[in-house]
Amino acid sequence: MPDPALVLDAEGIRRAVTRLGHEIVEANRGVDDLVLVGIQSRGVTLAERIASAIEAFEHRRPPTGALDVTMHRDDFARSGLRQTPRPTRLPAIEGKIVVLVDDVLYTGRTIRAAMDTLNDYGRPAVIRLVVLVDRGHRELPIRADLVGKNIPTARFDDVRVLLNEEDGRDAVEVVPGKVEA
Amino acid sequence: MTTLAIHNGRVIDPALGRDGIADLVIVDGRISRVGPNEGDMVVEAERIDASGLVVAPGFVDLHVHLREPGFEYKETIASGTAAAARGGYTTVCAMPNTRPPLDSRAAVESVLREAEASARVRVLPIGCITSGRAGKELAPAGELAGAGVVALSDDGDAVADPSLMRHALEYSTRFGLPVAQHCEDPRLVRDGQMHEGWVATRLGLRGRPASAEETFVARDIALAELTGAHLHICHVSTAGSVALIRAARERGAHVTAEVTPHHLTLSHEEVAFGGSYAELTYDTNAKVNPPLREESDLEALIAALRDGVIDAVATDHAPHATIDKEIEFDLAAPGISGLETAFGLAMRLVHEGRLSLPTLVERLTVGPVRAWGLDRRHGLEGLGTLAPGALGDLVLLDPEADWTVDPERFASRGRNTPLAGRTLRGGVVATVFGGRLVHQTERAVAL
Amino acid sequence: MTTEITSRVAGSRRHNARTSESPRTDAWNHTDILDLDDFTREEIDTVLELADRMREILDRRIARVPALRGFTVVNLFYEPSTRTRASFELAGKVLGADVLSLSASTSSVQKGESLIDTVRTMRAMRADAIVIRHAMAGAPYLAAKHTDASIINAGDGAHAHPTQALLDLYTMRRHVGELAGKRVVMVGDIAHSRVARSDLWGLAAVGAEVVVCGPPTLLPRGLRAGDRPAHAESALPPVTIETDADRAIAGADVVMALRLQSERQEGGLLPSLHEYAQHYQVTAERLARAQPNHLLMHPGPKNEGIEISGAVAKGSHSIIEEQVTNGVAVRMALLYLLSGGKELPGEAAPAREEARR
Repeated sequence: MPDPALVLDAEGIRRAVTRLGHEIVEANRGVDDLVLVGIQSRGVTLAERIASAIEAFEHRRPPTGALDVTMHRDDFARSGLRQTPRPTRLPAIEGKIVVLVDDVLYTGRTIRAAMDTLNDYGRPAVIRLVVLVDRGHRELPIRADLVGKNIPTARFDDVRVLLNEEDGRDAVEVVPGKVEA
Repeated sequence: MTTLAIHNGRVIDPALGRDGIADLVIVDGRISRVGPNEGDMVVEAERIDASGLVVAPGFVDLHVHLREPGFEYKETIASGTAAAARGGYTTVCAMPNTRPPLDSRAAVESVLREAEASARVRVLPIGCITSGRAGKELAPAGELAGAGVVALSDDGDAVADPSLMRHALEYSTRFGLPVAQHCEDPRLVRDGQMHEGWVATRLGLRGRPASAEETFVARDIALAELTGAHLHICHVSTAGSVALIRAARERGAHVTAEVTPHHLTLSHEEVAFGGSYAELTYDTNAKVNPPLREESDLEALIAALRDGVIDAVATDHAPHATIDKEIEFDLAAPGISGLETAFGLAMRLVHEGRLSLPTLVERLTVGPVRAWGLDRRHGLEGLGTLAPGALGDLVLLDPEADWTVDPERFASRGRNTPLAGRTLRGGVVATVFGGRLVHQTERAVAL
Repeated sequence: MTTEITSRVAGSRRHNARTSESPRTDAWNHTDILDLDDFTREEIDTVLELADRMREILDRRIARVPALRGFTVVNLFYEPSTRTRASFELAGKVLGADVLSLSASTSSVQKGESLIDTVRTMRAMRADAIVIRHAMAGAPYLAAKHTDASIINAGDGAHAHPTQALLDLYTMRRHVGELAGKRVVMVGDIAHSRVARSDLWGLAAVGAEVVVCGPPTLLPRGLRAGDRPAHAESALPPVTIETDADRAIAGADVVMALRLQSERQEGGLLPSLHEYAQHYQVTAERLARAQPNHLLMHPGPKNEGIEISGAVAKGSHSIIEEQVTNGVAVRMALLYLLSGGKELPGEAAPAREEARR
């Protein structure tokens, strides 16, 4: 297997998270009605970090939630493996400004599933999307409102977001994939 | 004049106490001479080299189902007797549970006519005890005896009414016919599907208790002693039955008995696990009445067969079509297609040292013949023996041959066996009926 | 032999730290659910954890997700059933599967419409999972042998009812947590109860101490380990057998009353329902001997006044109604697990990476 290329180190991630926090508050003109919802699993960690960053400069912490979209994936028959859903915990989202947070934006299918899932719980006034990494190769008309870092990748590259809480260190790496035949 | 000479086989003839290397000469369908080098004395003959093989009288089966007339999709007289030949049998007694049942001269004669036309080996019909096997009134035993039946039986259905059974036994004495009973009390069996015990509990299937058999064995022995009749107990399957029969015979009651190869070797675990324990099988091919029992029953049956308390190994060959078996266990027809695996399966006991080969041969030949007195019948003198003058029915056996049971290669239409894919040690190399080869494998070497 | 029941070691759940995906459902090795006799502790845990997520979905404002879109579930019921059938229908629908329910009478089977034909026909119509309820033990095993659709046993004769047993385990665990060492007592018609049989396997796998209690005529033969040959000792789950209900219930953490069919009296197995109730009805007096925080369960449908008193059935220890809700969640979990790894005809398996994100 080829060596992974480091595209964002711990410091880079920290700065990206802080910047995203500022941009969210700026776009929303404050913290009122803001809800940060992370997509399981690393999106949840990122949402918590962003909430902490906002709290540091706004002195108010927006409510956060966790969303599992496993059951809303529409590709069960093709995925060849089942994933165990993780818990979904949501604060009130009715009429709120929900910021979906995920680690990597790729095909867009996860985000579509996340929006479907959200709708089962209530009707937010606005849904925004924030991701740490946008690696391209969208299959649906979905784009992120705010991006930590754009990373050009090939289709079969593997983008790994490692976060201290789950992986023991902070890093974003790209493992080159096989060239498409 | 046609002559068949079989050279250098180990001739086992239990009736004469013979067990040794010898030649055997058959002239015009009857045994002519038996002895060392006798074959060399014959100038012109068809010759078979039996070196390394056992030569024994053709097997006699007291209990087969040929299904014709009425159930030709399961078996015919032609296919059933072809299976018999492959299994080493030269005489089979055909149970009367056909449609129509064999409860009249006409029905018996039609079977004999069909056998004349298409049977590969000898077919001796058994008549019903009661009309239509309905258990209500006696079938005309005199008429049936006149037509040539060798015994009376209602087969799968025991005569449940004790008074009727008593009269059946009493009446049979006038014609010297054994009354063969499938001993299981239907009121204790109810809708039982297999032996009542831990395997049935494991599978959630309703049980047929051993006592359902034993109560009828006890009752019928008492009735036989009351009437002085000849009671034959079909397919004994429990240790309790063995004890009852043993005691009855010690008292001098005229009670004979048979046991099947499957009841001697397979236990109720066969239904659930098929020998592997890997997964539950609910194997309908191991569904049989009476059911396969427990190890302790097997032990008692083997001992009784060894001691002669049980006279005969009989197959209860019960062929069924796939549609009778590839269905829910409760709906599946009971029975095992047994003619072609009988010798190989029974040989397990010999290889395990629990039965001698001559004893097994006895229980497959002269044992059943004498149990029913078949050799006292006109034209059947010497049946089950290789005495000079006896019928030229014999079998060549390879006790050490390993072979794999492949039901698709059965001559029987019934492929219902729990032994599919298993290896058996002990095969039938050739079968000679009336001096003619009716079955032979590549192992049979013509000289 | 079926010795795995004792030799299975619960391995730790493997969380895949290499990538950003959810943990895979590693502890799952079934294409059919025929009974719990071949379930490991770990597999049971997988189902019960997943059932928790499924309850979460059931509690949503709109309880419907597309996880099983394109997956077809056929309910093939040869025996009348209200709750099990409805439970499977609901489970399938909440997950977005197509659900088709057929009532086939056993008499039509006897007329020659074979189970195998029916199952093969359903598969030809693209059924992915076939849920079978049948009056005859072993029928789902027969079906599983003749189709590659997943077969779920929704009750076969007196043999097994694995989904009921899983929902029983799930319900117990929600209330008492770890079940190892807990005393679970089943009272009633053990001999004819498929629920009891499957519960025995499930409870054995999680290490509970199980007592079955009923009149001698309603206890199956060979259940007592000493009644089996040594080599078959582990062929049935370990269990203590009692015929005295007071003694059985003493110290129980969970008491489960089993349905008594009135046929048992007609079949001569019981003198009268009245006498049965006197000796075996689960009543407040008897439950006073159980642990103070005991749970009361019943697989339903119950005959109040016969095997269970109306007062305790509605009492504070009763979790009978919760069993029903949990039934849907557990069956959702099972359908979800069975749907994994199956490809629809004509669709090629894509690279894993694409499936993941």
